[in-house]
Formats: sequence, C-alpha cells, structure tokens
Amino acid sequence: MTAIAPGTLPKSSQRGSAARARLLRGLLPALSLALVLMAIAWLNPRAISYFGFNLMLNLAIPIALATIAQMFVIAGNELDLSIGTFVGFVGCVTATWLRDAPLLGIFVLLGSIGVYALLGALIHLRNLPSIVVTLGMSFVWQGLAILILPKPGGKAPDWLLSIMSFKPPYIPFPILAALLIAAVVHFGLMRTSYGVILRGSGGNAAALRRAGWSLLKTKIVLFALTGLFGVLSGMALIGITTSADANIGNGYTLLSIAGVILGGGEFVGGRVSPIGAVLGALTLALAASPLLTFMHIPPDWQVAANGAILIIVLAARVLISRRER
Amino acid sequence: MTSVRTLLEKPWVWSFAGALVVWVATVIFTGGYGAGGMVTAALSLAVFTVIVGVGQMFVITLGPGNVDLSLPANIGLASAVAMKVMGGSDSMIVVGLLAALACGAAIGAINYLLIWALRIPPIIATLSASFIIQSVDISYGRGLQIKPPPGFADFTNWQVLGIPVLAMLTVLFTIGAALALQRMIYGRSVLAIGQNIRAAWLAGVHVGRIRFLTYTLCGALGGIDGALLAGYFRGANVDIGNEYLLASIAVVVIGGTSVAGGKANVPGVWGAGLFLVLLLTMLNTFGVSAGVRLVLTGLIIVGVITAAGGEKAVR
Repeated sequence: MTAIAPGTLPKSSQRGSAARARLLRGLLPALSLALVLMAIAWLNPRAISYFGFNLMLNLAIPIALATIAQMFVIAGNELDLSIGTFVGFVGCVTATWLRDAPLLGIFVLLGSIGVYALLGALIHLRNLPSIVVTLGMSFVWQGLAILILPKPGGKAPDWLLSIMSFKPPYIPFPILAALLIAAVVHFGLMRTSYGVILRGSGGNAAALRRAGWSLLKTKIVLFALTGLFGVLSGMALIGITTSADANIGNGYTLLSIAGVILGGGEFVGGRVSPIGAVLGALTLALAASPLLTFMHIPPDWQVAANGAILIIVLAARVLISRRER
Repeated sequence: MTSVRTLLEKPWVWSFAGALVVWVATVIFTGGYGAGGMVTAALSLAVFTVIVGVGQMFVITLGPGNVDLSLPANIGLASAVAMKVMGGSDSMIVVGLLAALACGAAIGAINYLLIWALRIPPIIATLSASFIIQSVDISYGRGLQIKPPPGFADFTNWQVLGIPVLAMLTVLFTIGAALALQRMIYGRSVLAIGQNIRAAWLAGVHVGRIRFLTYTLCGALGGIDGALLAGYFRGANVDIGNEYLLASIAVVVIGGTSVAGGKANVPGVWGAGLFLVLLLTMLNTFGVSAGVRLVLTGLIIVGVITAAGGEKAVR
C-alpha cells in the first residue's frame, strides 16, 4: 500500500508533505461521507438522529457487504460483473428454501460459494478474462433466481428478520454493522500475513510465484471470499426487505464497483482498502436516496443526481491526490 | 494443411464456428424448416450488436480498465433524439440520423472529458455519465414511444434476396473499421496505446487525442445504433439499449479481442454477434422457459470462452 518509489526520499520536508498528502488521500472516503452527511444535516437536521440513521442507512448493510465482496476480486486484479445477480439469487434462495427447508438452503448457499471458488480456479488455470466469465455467470445466477422464484414473493426466515431488525442502544444498527464488517475485513486482509499474500497476488503476481506461493490458491481464496460476502449481502438484503424478487440485486454490480473505487481502491495493483470500501458503500447508500429526497429533486433527475454526486466526490479526490505528485 | 492451421490460429474462427454449431443444432431440431429465415433474422438482429461492438472494441483495445458503460443510456437517448427530429416525416430522415450521430458523439466526448479532467477510471466515468444521460432521456422522451417515419422503418427492415440491406451496409462498415484498425495511423495508435501507453507516448503517439477520438467514435456508433434500433423496432424508448451493455462487451471478447488491450479483432465481432443471436433463437426454438434460457446462455458463454482459452501468459 505505502510502497515509496526509490529516489523520492531525499528531503525530509518533501517526505513529510508526501506523507501528509497520502494521509489525506486515505482520509478521502471518510471526508466524502462527512460531506454527504453535512449536506443531509443542513437540509434536514432531524434526519441526524437514531431513527433517522436507521431509516437512511436501511440498505447500507447489504450494499457494504456486496462492496466488500467486489473488493476481494478487485484485490486480485479481477472484476466481478455477476455480483448483482448473485445477490439476487442468494435472496431468492433465502426467501424460499432457507425458510422452508433450511438444510437444503444452507447446502445451496455453501454450494454457490464453491461455484465461486471453482470460477477462480477456472479463470486462473485457463487464463481467462474474469469480465467475460462473470458476465456469463450473471446470466446463470439470474436464470437460477427466476427458476427458484418466478414471481416476486417468498418470505425471509424469522431468525434473519429478528437479526436485521435488531435495535441496539444509542448506536443505530447499520452503523454498528458497518463498523463490524470494516473491522473484521480490515484485520483479515490488511493485518494478517496471508492477507498480504492475497493483496500481493494483485500487486505483483510474478514475484509471489517466484517466492513459492500458489497463485491458484490465492485466486480461489479471493473468489470464495467474494462468494461468501455475496451470500451475506443477499441474506442481509432479504432480512430487510422481508421478501425477494429475482431482479432485486441487479443494481449491486455497478454500485459495488463504484463503492470500491470511492473507497480508494484501484482496479489494478492489489490496492484496496476494506475500511474505505465500507465508507464508500455508506456514502453511496446515503447519496442515493435520502439526500435526494431532502433536496426535493424531481424523480426524473434522481438518477442524474446520483451520477453527479459520484463525479463531485471523485473530482474532490483528484484535487487532493494531485498534491501527492 | 498449413492454411487450415493458420486459419485455426485466428482468434475469430471460434466465434463463427460457435455460430455455425448453434445454427446446425437448431436446423436439425426443426427438421430443416426455417433454416434460411433464421439466418435472415440473425443477420438483421446481429447488426445492432456489431455496430456498438465495434465501438466497444476500439475502446477496450485502449488498454485495461477502458470500457464504455454509457452505451445503453447513449442508445436510449439517441433513439429518442432521432425519432423526435425526424418527427414522423420522411424528409427529415437524414437530419435525424445526423442528430443521433451528433448526440452520440457528444456523449462520447463528454465521457473522455470526465476521464481526462477528473483522472477517474473509465468504468466509473462512463457509469456516472450514463446515470446523467439516463435522466436526460427520461426527462426528454417522457418515457413515451415515439414512432419513426414510415420510410425509415421500411429502410431498416429492407431485405434483398433474404439478406437485410442494413447487414450489407454494416459489413461494408466493419471492413472499413478493420482497415482503420490495421492500416491507418489511427488504428495502429489505438493498438500501440493498448499495448503500452507509456511506450506509445514516448514514440510520439498523440495519446490524449487518440483516446478522445476513440471514445467519441464509440459514442457516435452508439448514437447511430440507437436511431437504427428505433427504426427497426418501430419506436424509441428509454430501455431500448439496455441489453447492449453486456452484449457489446460479450461480442468483443468472444470475438477474440484481448480484454487486456492492444489486440483487436473485427471479424470476430460479427462471428460473436451472430453466435449470440442464433443462441437465443435456438433456445427459443427449443421452447425452454426464460430462466433455463438465461442459465444456458450464461453457461454457453462461459463454455465458449473456456474452450477458446485465454492468452498464453507472456513471460
């Protein structure tokens, strides 16, 4: 993450300013979130409350989990264009089999994580472009979802409903959950030695292979983790919406990619940040509807406002990273 | 024998072989009935995928991360613009087509401006742009179906001896695109940038100008595609381009163009376009349900790409 190119170190003052710029860049996802929160507080002060956050961040948990899922493949220089339909598939399984036949449901969900692991192996062994493979898989998941649940419906298992409607004292549940997700993934990917290897597979695969690590294994692990977090995202989504629809997750593919990039991740080089990704997902979740509702933007232009917010946040990021150079 | 081997080494052979297999399978299933009609239908539908596919191919060839996600929104808006400008009168057809072309080109130029000015990855830039374009389209077209002039609708559906005229024109266009890619400075520059952007820059390639041209070209092709689609399906609407996001990327890659950039393939776009359309026709002929059709489409795409294999690692 913080590799410094040789030859850029000579003066301590320069190093200091570079470090400051890098710190600023690291803080950017948090700054973007703060910006959106301030806008909301200014437009509607009452929204900044326990209940306000519960409402506004309602869908933030599944979005954050899907973003983390996407982050794992991006860490390995791949892209998953099927995560949205996969979340929809998991949602359909959760709202039908997981409730009616828990064993079958658990088996199918674990099996789908296994499919992800196999995809990782296939992509590595045959040296395939992940974009195309996951594009193909997006049709498969969507088709399976339609087969399981041809019409919107089904019902979430009761235990899942009670987890997702948990109301802890003082801190709204979505914020608590986001903190937990960020902390767990940050520890796993940034602080453990195998996490370094996983990120290294995106940073410098050749060096890792020469050092004797199995790239096949890292690819499988990264894809399996994507599958795991995709399953968690789908389950969380159904816990909130209580029923499912085969198209429920379709928007998550692009949302998750945007969240990773907003959180400071990059498409190549294994440069990702779990905390940033979660913050990016929260920013997107907030910017998506609550902010727009408070700004009285007509429905026709809500999608445009989404795009504009994304562009503004990224423009701010450029202004700050330019100082890094 | 050697000529067969060199033919088999061409990356685009696989997409045509796939299309042929799917066609033969369907013809066997129907007992020979409708074999010719199927080719006609496949040609007329593949045209739309091929046109945007060529644009997407040039963009993808620019290197990793380059992809235009704004095509569906672009197609939707351009179809509305074309139909509104034509206003149902035959005399305005050319003006309408030019308007759609200009609208698409403007979108492409804006895409590149975002990429260049904000230095954001093209995926995110074109995604954000597509959100805005979508809203403009909803607001401009009011979500209503706008009918094309009768002359234009007839032209897009015109066939000579069972071959759609639009397909013939598109073949000419793709030959032009192949020449531009392999024989013109522009195409060679695109390939050079895709192989190594820094080396291309050091070699004196106008990197910024070529990238700008490529995004504008892709946008313009999306625009013209929108107008033609509205003519063919006799009406413009917001969702008309939705399926072309995945389809445009899929035909490029199945056709043998490298996702890593620097290696493009025009004939493959045709092969893959025909393959995808024939695949859909086959599954419809077999009478499978929507869910099964999606699953099979996905599995076949994964199967084809696995069989064709990726590139050998260069190390």
